[in-house]
Amino acid sequence: MFTRKLTSLLAAAAVAAALGACSQPASSSTPTAGSEGSATITSSTKLTVVTHDSFALPDELKAKFAKESGLDVTYVAPGDGGALVNQLILTKDAPMGDVVFGIDNSFSGRAVDEGIITDYDSPALPATSKQFDTPDLTPIDFGDVCLNADSQWFAKEGIAVPTTLEDLVKPEYKDLLVVTNPASSSPGLSFLLATISAKGDDGYLDYWGQLVDNGVKVVQGWSDAYYTEFSGADGKGPRPLVVSYATSPAYTVTEDGSESTTVALLGTCFRQVEYAGVIAGAQNQKGAQEFIDFLLSEDVQSSIPETMYMYPVTDVALPAQWEKFAPLSEQSLTIEPDEISAGRDRWTKDWTAKVIG
Amino acid sequence: MDQGLDREGHRLIRRLGAPLAGRAAWVVAGAVPALFLAVFFLVPVANLVLRGFHDGGSWTLAGFSEVFSAPRTWRILWFTLYTATLATAACVALGLPVAYLLHRCRFPGRGLLRAIVAVPFVLPTVVVAVAFGSLFNPGGLLEFLQLKESYLAILLALCFFNVAVIVRTTGSVWSRLDPRLGQAAQVLGASPLRTLWTVTLPALGPAIAAGASLVFLFCSTSFGIIMVLGGVKYSTLETEIWYQTTQLLDLRAAAALSVTQLVIVSGSLLASTALQRRTQQSLRLHVDDSAEHPLSPARDWFALSVTTLVVSVLLVLPMANLVIRSLRRDGQWTLQNYANLATTGSSGALSVPVWQAVWNSAWIAAVACVIAVTMGVLVSLVASRRPRNRGGRLSLTLLEGAFLLPLGVSAVTVGFGYLITLNRGPLDLRSSLVLIPIAQALVALPLVVRSLLPALRAIDPRQLEAARALGSSGWQVLRRIELPHLVRGLGLAVGFALATSLGEFGATSFLSRPDNPTLPVVIYRLFGRPGPDNYGMALAASALLACVTAIVMGAAEQARGKGVSTW
Repeated sequence: MFTRKLTSLLAAAAVAAALGACSQPASSSTPTAGSEGSATITSSTKLTVVTHDSFALPDELKAKFAKESGLDVTYVAPGDGGALVNQLILTKDAPMGDVVFGIDNSFSGRAVDEGIITDYDSPALPATSKQFDTPDLTPIDFGDVCLNADSQWFAKEGIAVPTTLEDLVKPEYKDLLVVTNPASSSPGLSFLLATISAKGDDGYLDYWGQLVDNGVKVVQGWSDAYYTEFSGADGKGPRPLVVSYATSPAYTVTEDGSESTTVALLGTCFRQVEYAGVIAGAQNQKGAQEFIDFLLSEDVQSSIPETMYMYPVTDVALPAQWEKFAPLSEQSLTIEPDEISAGRDRWTKDWTAKVIG
Repeated sequence: MDQGLDREGHRLIRRLGAPLAGRAAWVVAGAVPALFLAVFFLVPVANLVLRGFHDGGSWTLAGFSEVFSAPRTWRILWFTLYTATLATAACVALGLPVAYLLHRCRFPGRGLLRAIVAVPFVLPTVVVAVAFGSLFNPGGLLEFLQLKESYLAILLALCFFNVAVIVRTTGSVWSRLDPRLGQAAQVLGASPLRTLWTVTLPALGPAIAAGASLVFLFCSTSFGIIMVLGGVKYSTLETEIWYQTTQLLDLRAAAALSVTQLVIVSGSLLASTALQRRTQQSLRLHVDDSAEHPLSPARDWFALSVTTLVVSVLLVLPMANLVIRSLRRDGQWTLQNYANLATTGSSGALSVPVWQAVWNSAWIAAVACVIAVTMGVLVSLVASRRPRNRGGRLSLTLLEGAFLLPLGVSAVTVGFGYLITLNRGPLDLRSSLVLIPIAQALVALPLVVRSLLPALRAIDPRQLEAARALGSSGWQVLRRIELPHLVRGLGLAVGFALATSLGEFGATSFLSRPDNPTLPVVIYRLFGRPGPDNYGMALAASALLACVTAIVMGAAEQARGKGVSTW
């Protein structure tokens, strides 16, 4: 490790000296005993990390990485998950950074197909987390997008809390559900995928037709759904059922901490996994790999629940509230990334035509 | 003898050379902003749009036939035009009485009222959407009106923004309209209504039309309002371009839509520019005396009641409601939301405290303002030349028009254009913060030019000719006559540049980095995060941003020279 670092430092210094006062990032190719089959990987003194706009890493951890790696790190966050992947595809010829975090399983198929990622198998990924692994990319965190119910509302009205997707089209649950637009919201897309996983490519549109008949409301984004439409959050909206996360009930705990006023419907969950990857054509592949290893370090993994509301992929302690109020779904719905990649645009277009018109 | 000839020759050269050098200086003065516009706007946008017309092998217009064979496109196009037309009509109807009252009547508190009317135009869309949302959403003051996600809410928000444009364009003309025309009509027996209809409105016609075409432009390209208040039901060309580009990466569809939008926008810009020029010319015919009279409730009751309604319900209520909401928590009055601005929000919503974002916004706005005003001064000086030949006039019209184009191109197109254009060598600025003030300056530039140019065009050509005839050099004319005129519009230009930059969200959200967000970016982010702390901070930060913007615009209105700016 030390020698590798030294070599690259020397190489970088040599290049920097050669370039003189030029402000361009100094980059070079350093021969290493590559484990991925490629003989050389690039390295530089600068690292550009591209993330989705929900990425959050505490300052002290950012500082820690900068100190340990000796790299001058720039973080850019040009949009949500979908926009992020599309921007990387658009800039394939001249990549906008070295390492990406925030590609989830609904976009990973497309990212890999388009060749915007260079394969990297992080040694920091424990064997127990291999279940999340996917070619080229490294899993960092995961979570479940589930319907949430305002349990207080249901108790007051004397109606049973629904448990399955089938329940939602029953007359007693008319006009109670609010979802987000899959075209513009990632939980919305996840919930659409959940229905496709459950009802099949040929059945999901009929199911949505039934949801529409039963008064489902569609809003643009998650915060609008959760804060203004949902009755269980601060906004005290009119609808007691909402698309949100399995972890959301941990944020609606009563003051005495004994219970949560909302509950996630674990039979309606879609599993979301977020990945990091080395961007193809990166100026600093070595730094990119180090950053991915860092994301899997215990410090970062432990900070993920608090900062990004997701579950870490490695085995670290979870916040106490989560243990109690935010269990994961045992039977979350899934679809293979390639299948999502092939179907996503068609599904959202057909969904839009059916539900919004 | 030789010496005498030599001296004569020098004099000749100087006399012939001066205009030549002068002309060269003007070409350079025009080239600098033109280059800026080309590098940071025209080339990136063209680069992205042209990709949509190239399928890898050859040029194709397949995008057009594909997009326009979809009924959805026609629905969106129709909705965009229909909404913009309706909102424009409403702005004219509401704006004219306000313009009359604020520019034709004299009464105490008029300055304050003018500032209140001027502010909404530059408020950040994020803040306005939040303010209207908190009014109509469940628990809001006007919840009972059932306007959440309604068409009317969109129209109201569009009017909120744009009434000021009508008031501004028509007001300044109205205040200089020769009152004797109307008096003559009334002496001849015309009723006040008839006078208004047959004398005043026709005289104001070009100004109203110029303002209306601007409002139409702003309404047809509105993004944030439709996205936040429109829910999922309503899409405009602008939101559809965003969706096709960022979410589907369907560049063909996006390009076809962008070109369509550009056609619409250029049309209204051309109309507005031509009409604005006509007003400026016709203005010279009128006396520059103030035609104001003291407000008389008996006579001005109509304008007075419309203005009261517009100001209190349409303009003040949403903002006051926002401020009040930001000061309340769990049914109690508190400053907690403001105190929290020193934090990063609950559960790590932000990477930096909100005050840090305030500081970022401040320095970015300062830089953007310097860029926009420098470029704006150059553009205005060049565009206000009065060349005698047709070619010269045409190229100046094109120059002026080109700098208004950023108004009509979506931020997404510019942002994605940067990604594939500014990607190599010293121009690889994609992760550089420099792009933020540059992009904001581009957005502000049209407003800056519109604030400066009228002041220059209002110079009586006879004054310039007289100065030249009396032997002043071009440089002296510039320094003694034109620059002082320009300075009168400068306060307003600086105000617009600062306010636009402070509130800019579309392009900034693309370009800002998580550790260097601006205030609108932070507000947007806080709203997307769970927890009452974050929601309260978003309200407080919105109120703060609205106040700062209001102060900046208020100061600019004060600094504005009398009678400048007809736009």
